[in-house]
Parts: sequence; structure tokens; C-alpha cells
Amino acid sequence: MDETAIIAKRIAKELRDGDVVNLGIGIPTEVVNHIPKGVNVYLHSENGMIGVGPSPAKGSEDKDIVNAGGGFISPIAVTSYMDSAASFAIVRGGHLDMTVLGALQVDEEGSIANWIIPGKMVPGMGGAMDLLTGAKKIVAAMKHTDKEGKSKILKRCTLPLTAYKKLSLIVTDLAFIEVTPEGLVLREIHESTTVDEVVRCTEAKLILPAKIIHFS
Amino acid sequence: MPEIIDAKTAASMVKENDRLMVGGFLAVGAPENLIDALVEKGTKNLHMICICTDYIDRGNGKLITARQVKSLQVSHIGTNKNTQAQFTEGSLKIEFNPQGTLSERIRIGGAGIGGFLSPVGLGTILEQEKEVVEVDGQKFFLERPIKADIAIIRAKKADRFGNLVYSKTARNANPVMAPSAKITIVEVDEIVENGELDPEAIVTSGIFVDYLVQHKE
Repeated sequence: MDETAIIAKRIAKELRDGDVVNLGIGIPTEVVNHIPKGVNVYLHSENGMIGVGPSPAKGSEDKDIVNAGGGFISPIAVTSYMDSAASFAIVRGGHLDMTVLGALQVDEEGSIANWIIPGKMVPGMGGAMDLLTGAKKIVAAMKHTDKEGKSKILKRCTLPLTAYKKLSLIVTDLAFIEVTPEGLVLREIHESTTVDEVVRCTEAKLILPAKIIHFS
Repeated sequence: MPEIIDAKTAASMVKENDRLMVGGFLAVGAPENLIDALVEKGTKNLHMICICTDYIDRGNGKLITARQVKSLQVSHIGTNKNTQAQFTEGSLKIEFNPQGTLSERIRIGGAGIGGFLSPVGLGTILEQEKEVVEVDGQKFFLERPIKADIAIIRAKKADRFGNLVYSKTARNANPVMAPSAKITIVEVDEIVENGELDPEAIVTSGIFVDYLVQHKE
């Protein structure tokens, strides 16, 4: 299994039957492929849709049904559409059970940076700040280290924040970390690694409980 | 009742330095004929208000590519490299807004509301430019309404009164913008007789619509 699939599969286990969920672009999108059997979730797309179905077969795309990344999707039996302001009333108003977003950096305080690299990449925040403020459970889905092997889980984010102290969980290819008022608690590690290895790859201080279980 | 006009006539109503709202999200639900006519007309120094700047050759991104926009209120520009380039070289000013904040600011612009309080963006660099208001011990940003001189939007069907229905995710910002501009011009796929639309299904009342333009492929 590649790193993206490892992360997506572990996050999917957090979903509960009936949850309304928004999945960001990138690794989070993959979560949909690992939803446990018997769990029905309703996906929200911030451009104005609840009840996002699978990608349509080639040739049967509807030009007016796209997700927030512009990709073609299909409706399900209970789909509804709404305007942009109503869509974000859902987001801001606490009506999403969970959102999963990619991250450039996260930190010990549960802050996240994923919208701007000053001088390099300035795409705008899109709906990320709204999602990070309003959803009940906020999950950062990310590789544990960057291309140079440096930790993306820092003491303090060095990039401009997308949200301050908002994360609930950080899930990487190596670790499942809970964000608590006391700090980052290492709850689980991937079966391919060790606690020492995870601690070595993490700049932030990790709280190590007596029992740390493996995920696959 | 709104007057039915062609795209060229509609484009001539947009003046230099106008505040222009353009509907659509990644060019889905964008008024493509109106955008094309405006590119052909070449009106410059526009202040554009839109969710994102679409693509270099689709949606409102064509106005960026043609260098007709001097400033933007927007949420995301990552799909249009020309927006990024003009911003970096300094020829395009951009005010970035969280997407829900932008949509709500546009909504209240047409709803007679002087501002709203939002927690989105607290603790980020947005604090440098926004006023913080405390209510019952909780902090919020004061977010001001956004209005426009002209809105160009897209709908699926209109009756002759201007009542509008939309198509799926092509609805997006279009209904939010309709009440918030002095002049609202709607590009529609189909114009039907009054009485033919189900009143329960109408999303935007015709009272917000000034002109209709028949969309042509």
C-alpha cells in the first residue's frame, strides 16, 4: 500500500454511519475509497452539494455536476444542491461531522498551515479556513515528513496559518496523533515503524501513553 | 419585466472602473457568452468580485488573461496562472477572502445588512486587516457587505418575468450575486413563458433581474 492509501484507510476508520463529511483535495479525496462496509456517509462539496456520489463513467459526465476541485461527480438518491452562501452556512454553522484536509505544516498547538508559501505559492485559502473553523472534527491528512525527510509536524508552524488551534487529529503514513489541550498524543503507529522512529521523525514533542497500538 | 438583450449590448453596459460580480465556480455556471462579449469589447480597469478566477481560457479567467481586471475580491486563484503572474508583478491587486466569508459578504450586500460577525480566520494573518469584535466573550471579525455596479450571472431557465432556476452545482454564487448589484444581467439556456416555472422551484425572484441574454453554444 502506498503512503496515501495508508493515511486514507486509517482516517476512513474514524467515519461513523450517517456522518456529513467534507474531504479536501489530494490525500483526503482518497478517504472515500476506504469507507468501512455498513457505514454510510454523506459527502459535502463546498461549491454547493450534499450527497456526492462516485465519479461518473467516461461519456456520462454532466458538465453541471462537479466537486470543489472541478472534477466530475455524480449525484446519489438523496443529493441536494445549494448556493455558495448556504453551502458555507453548513460549514461555518457546525453541521459537518468531519472535515479532512491536506497540510503543509501542523504544530503542537493544533494549528495548521496549508494555504500560502510567501513568495512562492499564493493560491488563496478557498474554503479551507471556513472548514477548519466550523467542522466538529478536523483531521489533517499528510505525509509525516517532506521530500527532504524533514518533519512536517513542528513545534510551531513557520508558514502563515490557515487556522489556529483547530485540529482534532493528525494522521500520517507513520502515526495517528490526537491533538489535546496537553499537546500531541501519539495514539497509534503504522505497523511498518517503531515509536522511536516516529519520535525521531517528529520535531514536535509527542506525548507517549503507556499503550500505543499499530494500524495497518 | 427584464428586457431581453444580446450579449454585445449587455457588455456595453459595463464601464471602466465598474465593480463587476461574475457568477460561476471553476467556470461551471459561468456566463460564458457575456464574458466573451466583454473580452471582445475590451473594457479595462474592472474591479472583479468572484469565488475563484477559473481558468486562463474558461470562465472569468478570460478577463484576467485579457488584462481587463485591475483588482479582485476573491477566494482562490490557484487554477489560473495568469492571475498569479499579474499579482506577483504587481499589476493586479487582490483581496483574499475565505470562501464562505466572501459568499456571505456578497449575500448581505443585497440584503440590507451592514456587516456580519464571523470567527473564520481568527489567529491568522487576516487579523492584520480586519476589525475584531467581541460578543459575550467570543471574538469575531466584522465582515462588511460587498455590492457591485453590475452582476453577470448564469441560470438554466428564466421566465419572462426573470424568475430563475439553476442547474445542479452550476447554481453556486449566482443566486447570491443577483440581489447585490445595481444592474443584474442573466445569461440563460432557456427563456420560457410566465407560469411555466414551478413557483416552489424558483430560486431567484425576477425582481432582482434587469436583463436576460439567451445563451448560445
